[in-house]
Amino acid sequence: MQKFNHLTGIAAPLDILNVDTDMIIPKQFLKTIQRSGLGKNLFDEMRYTPEGEEVADFVLNQAAYREAEVLVAGDNFGCGSSREHAPWALLDFGIRCVISTSFADIFYNNCFKNGILPIVLPQADVDKLMDDAKRGANATVTIDLESQTIKGPDGGTIAFEVDAFRKKCLLEGLDDIGLTLQKSTSIDTYETALADQPWR
Amino acid sequence: MTGTTLYDKIWNAHMVDEQADGNCLMYIDRHLVHEVTSPQAFEGLRMTGRTVRAPHKVLALADHNIPTTDRTGGVDAIEDPESKLQIQTLEKNCAEFGLEYVAMDDIRQGIVHVTGPEQGFTLPGLTIVCGDSHTSTHGAFGALAHGIGTSEVEHVLATQTLIQSKAKNFRINVVGEAPDYITAKDIALAIVGEIGTAGGTGYVLEYAGPAIEALSIEGRMTLCNMSIEAGARAGLVAPDEKTYAFLEGRAKAPKGADWDQAVAYWRTLSSDGDAVFDKEVTIDASDLPPLVTWGTSPQDVISIDGSVPNPADIKDEARRKSTERALDYMGLTAGTPMQEVAIDRVFIGSCTNSRIEDLRAAAAIAKGKTVVPSVSAMVVPGSGLIKLQAEKEGLDKIFIDAGFEWREPGCSMCLAMNADKLQPGERCASTSNRNFEGRQGRGGRTHLVSPEMAAAAAVTGHFTDIRNLKAEG
Ligand code: SF4
Repeated sequence: MQKFNHLTGIAAPLDILNVDTDMIIPKQFLKTIQRSGLGKNLFDEMRYTPEGEEVADFVLNQAAYREAEVLVAGDNFGCGSSREHAPWALLDFGIRCVISTSFADIFYNNCFKNGILPIVLPQADVDKLMDDAKRGANATVTIDLESQTIKGPDGGTIAFEVDAFRKKCLLEGLDDIGLTLQKSTSIDTYETALADQPWR
Repeated sequence: MTGTTLYDKIWNAHMVDEQADGNCLMYIDRHLVHEVTSPQAFEGLRMTGRTVRAPHKVLALADHNIPTTDRTGGVDAIEDPESKLQIQTLEKNCAEFGLEYVAMDDIRQGIVHVTGPEQGFTLPGLTIVCGDSHTSTHGAFGALAHGIGTSEVEHVLATQTLIQSKAKNFRINVVGEAPDYITAKDIALAIVGEIGTAGGTGYVLEYAGPAIEALSIEGRMTLCNMSIEAGARAGLVAPDEKTYAFLEGRAKAPKGADWDQAVAYWRTLSSDGDAVFDKEVTIDASDLPPLVTWGTSPQDVISIDGSVPNPADIKDEARRKSTERALDYMGLTAGTPMQEVAIDRVFIGSCTNSRIEDLRAAAAIAKGKTVVPSVSAMVVPGSGLIKLQAEKEGLDKIFIDAGFEWREPGCSMCLAMNADKLQPGERCASTSNRNFEGRQGRGGRTHLVSPEMAAAAAVTGHFTDIRNLKAEG
């Protein structure tokens, strides 16, 4: 997995509540058997007309945000389907961090597995960052995972919380499966005891 | 010491290891795999030279992307090359890693959350995962079941465990006696409407109370299915005699002495009387009206005798804007009575409402009536076995005579990955679980309803209060 430690990039404002994973990557793109290449279809139905033309006023089509690496979004981001294609599409586009007041559980999890940092902040902080982001290319933010801080364009600093284990995995780019396999003996022991419950 | 909840009990029984930071390694008893969220997981295993730890705990089938029209030509005849490749890939991966695969022409094939319980693969007290958010369905049996992403699919395949942090306990008490026109779907919509789509985030829901006990197992599946629409990680109903009666004799359920031992254990699976929940709400089922959604979020719920809400009445700016956006997308005008809203399509199916009980209920409304000419309606059974059962009961004939299409099992227009989809602007009464923008096809407008309400809309051409329809009939 790609590491995440420090990021300075443009923040794009996506001022919509309940952005669901169907919006992030519509189902017609889930027919792929690969992880890569989904970035061009990120937010497809908002980003392009049915004829495939860019929708000029969609945020990621605007000159200031085409290179965005951070997304500032409304409440309950990533709700709906469990598709990991959503973080794959974000990552493939170049988004490495999403900031919102809350995330849906599965999406939140999926981000960490792909080197994307989802940050939960109180409404006032998200409002502030949303405001900053709306100011365009000058709205560059700096996110430092080690110190758990976001620096806004005006130099103000916002602190955020993140689970210590997930932080470590992101900082070091650790492979979950590899970590779990180190605990094989515990799993073996657990499985041996399962003989008492043959239906399992 | 206070008692423990059902969730706590299942959690404790599955903990393999607890890290100092509170994250736990949890044992997974059953893993359902489908074609859309698994190819990259198998690819990951191949790239790292890893194997599947417990192949007999995995059941795989294709449902999301599978055609629901005539399938006699087999997989080779699937028109869409990408869909075909995805289904072939699943079949190949199962063969390579030694997993049981229910093929497209197998009578058991169906939506993963319908086939699992039907086969007795789903049992009380188990942990069950699938790369699909509606895995919460299996909670109807008192199993801790939730959706996972593809990286986690790979993790479970390789290790039979998941790294998890414990969720909080949220009990939803549904009291009162539901009138006969109130279905599990209405209760589910009422709950999502009440607590909101993020109301359950960070929680596992336990549904309890007399109205839940009164539900059939099918109804409990409908209810638990939509836990994810309330943002919850999972939904649970404590197992009872109905649960055991449903499971006994199913192909993959334990037999003989194992069965007796299992039931004795399952009887211990309920929340203690003094268990403390982090959050509780109570909903009275006795005064619920049939419900329908008006917007683009499952929480946008309104009584069938209500009207499209007016954004101007909403004070919170973000909510008002989001309502305006939803009404614009849905092509609805504030104040319009829901019963005056005409529909173009009807979809009866999905892991929410495609079981035999759902088809019976819809058929009872459709019987002797005709789908209005401007509406196109389809029924997609949840599995081959349900389809067969319905045909034995003559339900297919009722539907076909009324002008419904009778399809092969699969997810179909619930997510519209295959050819079954809405055209832009088309309005659909759907028994599925999500009314997101574009969910059933780009520009399509989805209204979530019960099977009865969907059938009623089909034969009247607009949303219709089944209380009136029943009175007429
Ligand atoms: S029927 Fe719909 S909700 Fe259920 S598994 Fe299929 S796509 Fe998902």
